[in-house]
This record gives sequence, C-alpha cells and structure tokens, in this order.
Amino acid sequence: MSGIILPGDDGVLFQRDRDWHPPAATPGYKSSTFRSPQHSLIALGPTKSEMTGPTFGHEPIGALDNDLIRNFTKDGNEAIGQRMIVYGQVLDENARAVPNTLVEFWQANAGGRYRHKKEGYLAALDPNFGGFGRAITDQNGFYSFRTIKPGAYPWPNTGNDWRPAHIHFSVFGHAFAQRLITQMYFEGDPMIWQCPIVGTIPDKSAIDQLIARLDRMNTTPMDALAYRFDIVLRGRRSTMFENKLEGN
Amino acid sequence: MLHPIPVLKESPSQTAGPYVHIGMTPNFCGITGVIAEDTGKTMLGEGYNGPRIALRGRVIDGSGAPVSDAVLEIWQADAEGNFPQQGDSPPLFTGWGRQPTQEDGSFLFDTVKPGRVKAPDGTLMAPHISVWIVARGVNIGLQTRVYFDDEAEANAADYVLKKIMDLRRRATLVAKRDDADGTLAYHFDIRLQGEGETVFFDI
Repeated sequence: MSGIILPGDDGVLFQRDRDWHPPAATPGYKSSTFRSPQHSLIALGPTKSEMTGPTFGHEPIGALDNDLIRNFTKDGNEAIGQRMIVYGQVLDENARAVPNTLVEFWQANAGGRYRHKKEGYLAALDPNFGGFGRAITDQNGFYSFRTIKPGAYPWPNTGNDWRPAHIHFSVFGHAFAQRLITQMYFEGDPMIWQCPIVGTIPDKSAIDQLIARLDRMNTTPMDALAYRFDIVLRGRRSTMFENKLEGN
Repeated sequence: MLHPIPVLKESPSQTAGPYVHIGMTPNFCGITGVIAEDTGKTMLGEGYNGPRIALRGRVIDGSGAPVSDAVLEIWQADAEGNFPQQGDSPPLFTGWGRQPTQEDGSFLFDTVKPGRVKAPDGTLMAPHISVWIVARGVNIGLQTRVYFDDEAEANAADYVLKKIMDLRRRATLVAKRDDADGTLAYHFDIRLQGEGETVFFDI
C-alpha cells in the first residue's frame, strides 16, 4: 500500500445534487407553497459538526421492532393485509455498504389509514397494526422488516389526489449531513406517475430509484412476498485541503 | 490528480408528510408499546449533573402561521466541544435530540450549551447547534444552525457565519438568551419563508 487514498476514508461528502432531489418550491404539491425558503441556500462545505453524527449502538432494539405484523398487537393477533418482507442495502455513493445505521419506517395500514390523530380518512383502523418499525443495518449494510402492504389513500391537494402505496423511510448514515427522509413505492403501481408528491422529483430515473422491486427469490413460500429497496446516502470524497495539497 | 466521482446517485428525498410522528415520535402520536421512549427525546443521561440549557422557539411558515407538524433534530458537541463517539452504553450526553413541534409551532430541547469546535481552516467556530427540519410541504430536510447572542465576539469571527454576506441575515441564526424564569434558556424562531427568513445551508 503506497499511499493510495481510497475515496470515502477521510474526505468531505460529495456535494448534494439538488437537481436530482426535489426543489423546495413545487406548486403541484400545494403544501410547499408557504414552506419553501425563497432565499438561496448558503453553500457550506461540511465542517466537523456535519461530518459527525449520532450513533445508536446503545439503543435497545426490540425483537419485534422490525415486525410490523406483530409489534403493535397486544394479544398475539396479526395485522390484516398482504404480508411481505421489505429488505435492502444502505449504500453510499461510492457503493460502499453503510453498516450499523438506524433505519426507521412508517406507513398506513392495508386500507390506506394511518394511526394518527390528525388523519380523517374513513377507512378503518386495524386494531393489530401500528405502522411503525425500525432496524439497524448489519455489517454489510442490510436491513429488513416484515409488514403488510399499505393501501393507497386520498389527500386534500387538488380535488381528487391519491397517494400511491408507499412506505416512509428515515435513514441516518454516519454524518449528520447524510440525514435523509424518503418514500418507497411499489413496482408496477400506475398511481406513482400521477402523484404530485412523486412529481416533485424532476428526473424520471430519480423516481425510479424509489420504486422497490418484487423479489421472488426472497419471498417466503406460503407466507410473505418480498420487495427489495436499496437506499443510497451521500458518499465521501477525499479532498485537497490547504494543509494537504498532495491529497487527491 | 485523481478526483474520484460517485458511482451511485443519492436516493432522492421526499417529504416526511403530515404523519411523520408515526415513524419518528410514535409515542407522541399514541403508538405506544413498540418502543419505550421516542428516540432522541432525552439527550441527558441519568446522572448528568452539568449545566443545562433550554433551547426553545417556534417554526413559522411564509404566511405567518405556526408549523404544527414539523419534527426537528439537533446535533451538537458537548460543553467541552467534543462530539459523542460510538459506544455501547448510553452516554451521559447523546449530542443528538429530536422533538416534534406543538400545535402553536413551538419546540423545546433540554440540552447543554456546546463548547467550541475546530473549523476546517483551524480556527475555532463559535458555539453552535446544527438543526435539521422536516415536515409536510418540505421536500428535502432544511439544515440550519443555532448560535448564541451572548457569544458576540466568537460569532463575529465564526467560519460559517462569515460565509453569509448579507449581515442582516446572520442575525436569523442567533438565539436570544432568556433567563427570566431562573433557568438558562435560549429562544430561536425558525421562519421558513418571507420576512426574516432563516438562513438555510447547502451542507
């Protein structure tokens, strides 16, 4: 090893491609109207404050935290709906696994109803479904959970908007500047391409990155289908600092 | 010079939506029994005796209305300017907190005032807390910083504040000290849009 510096060892993060992400102001999604800053963002090469981040090794993860079919029920009953496994790998932009990071997920029940006090949709709650779970990625960056497929649901945007079936994801990574919230959609759902929230993302191939694939190989026969959803966080580059002119 | 380029694209962000609490603060919205306490609710471990501060304020939208469905996360150094490291046991100070806003848009963190952290140019940054905000209508998390109005000298020389050319806008990042009720508190309002708009960073 003669001084080769691999990308990702000590550098700052690749700059976020904000043409790939949704912009702040997206008129088709009305809620962004008053919640989008009008000033430009101030560019800030990350400092130590953003290149570090919380760890959750001390957090007790319960045995059922990643089993939404059973983690809310009080009496051993199971949630109603299409049973499935959702799994995938958390990677960075250098395609390196992100191990030991917290992934949180939340969703509506099979009828599209969320367990939340502000939710007014008439579809019924499922007494055995809460809709929350979490997992820590393993040493190869993999997470998995068991759940039921969420239903589509209507929302007051224009007169007749419906969200496609989706699961919300929150991922930490190892730097506060990698923090990401996104949504997972399901392969083949025609509603993906009609949704104003999906439509906040300008690039079709970026949207495609949020569509989980049916994975028959990991399906549990006679029990649960499987969907694969990989998540990519920002990667590190090695940089040329004032005090490290030989850096690459 | 070899400049490695990314081989994958970052997963695009989506809004956290109005029901973000189900996933980030489940006990707060009545989903109890899955986890004992909402993650990040408590930043100071049992046995912590050091000085503490209250960081409180409100999140306001471009029409002046309170943002009642946001979730805020903060990340900061301890009083000595060190960030908590990976460890198996719960640290006395986690450095990281998460709080939902209330109906009036208000939030409250029980934390410590951070010490100074070295900037990339070797200077010491002024004491600050990093903030990340998600909510319905926010397509990608907003990143900002809290500074302290009783650190005027350090603020004037701060590596990050100096990047904000419009001096009037720097003031949007400075929390106001308020120890009227006997506890040390700092007040920090976040205005997402319009007059007095908070500075947000592309980090």
